[in-house]
Amino acid sequence: MNEDALRARRRRNLVIGLSLAAFVVLVFTITLVRLQGNVVERPF
Amino acid sequence: MTLAVENIRPSTAGDFIALMKPRVMSLVVFTALAGWLAAPGEANPVLAFACIFAIAAGAGAAGALNMWYDADIDAKMRRTRMRPVPSGRVAGPEALSLGVVISVLSVVTMALAGGALAAALLGFTIFFYAVPYTMWLKRRTPQNIVIGGLAGALPPAVAWAAKTGGLGLDPLLLVLIIFMWTPPHFWALALYQKGDYAAAGVPMLPVTHGARATRTQILVYSLLLAPLGLAPAVTGLGGWIYTVVAGVGGAGFVLLAVRIARSKAGEGASAAGEIYNGAADDRAARNLFVFSILYLFLIFAALIAEHGLGLYARVGG
Repeated sequence: MNEDALRARRRRNLVIGLSLAAFVVLVFTITLVRLQGNVVERPF
Repeated sequence: MTLAVENIRPSTAGDFIALMKPRVMSLVVFTALAGWLAAPGEANPVLAFACIFAIAAGAGAAGALNMWYDADIDAKMRRTRMRPVPSGRVAGPEALSLGVVISVLSVVTMALAGGALAAALLGFTIFFYAVPYTMWLKRRTPQNIVIGGLAGALPPAVAWAAKTGGLGLDPLLLVLIIFMWTPPHFWALALYQKGDYAAAGVPMLPVTHGARATRTQILVYSLLLAPLGLAPAVTGLGGWIYTVVAGVGGAGFVLLAVRIARSKAGEGASAAGEIYNGAADDRAARNLFVFSILYLFLIFAALIAEHGLGLYARVGG
């Protein structure tokens, strides 16, 4: 694997890593919003 | 495949984005956003974003699966030969992996943010595009884009189900409109690119039944689409803006379809080198193809303006 290929792989891995991190944040935020709604609607 | 990949520059993140058909994704996001805004009730903006994002990701995943499976025929068509897989910029198994992983993540996200019905509908949409359309129908029957069009038609209903937890007549009308719009849109394209489809062995209607039958079918579907486009005005989903846009747009659609029916579009030379030069009669087909995109954009933009910007005023009330 030459230097260009290694650089491209590093960039791809970085993008994949950032995408996964963004996905985790998204799921966490959805959970917070869902929990908040359910707590507000709780009958007691 | 391996040799081809080694001879090409390393794939970039941009290649993977191209794999997800960003232009199709943008149209899907647009129709889904209209479905979301037109659906009754209020919703948290974070959930709205998550649901539309899941639909966009699902559409992209379906696109990647389609590009993985169709790499052999994409390589034979001028329009598609520079796509990431046939050009060697992304390896087939990588496209498959991306498609499967994003499919799962998009359905999971939708289940969390939009509920079970929306997640099931989104999963069905991805499956229908990747398997029945891409693997079973596209290479076998000229009805490929008629039946397969259902996948492209479902996003507004997915968004509606995500916001309300249910479905009804209005979201089904939006699905029906896109479903009925798809054949004349793609057949207009196929009329002036039939040499491309013939070279790849894809049985599009102009290839299997000839240009004349295709022109007639385009007119029939356009005559059905124009009144169907006005149906949301009757149910109250569309207000004055929608009614005017769908009425004028539908009339324009039919007018261009009549011009195609009277033309000799699709009967010109279709040798590989001449496909893109555009014979004079093919102009009618090209005009309808371009107008069909504008039509769909405008009627869904009208829904967005009415329900998202507060411009809704009910017809007759």
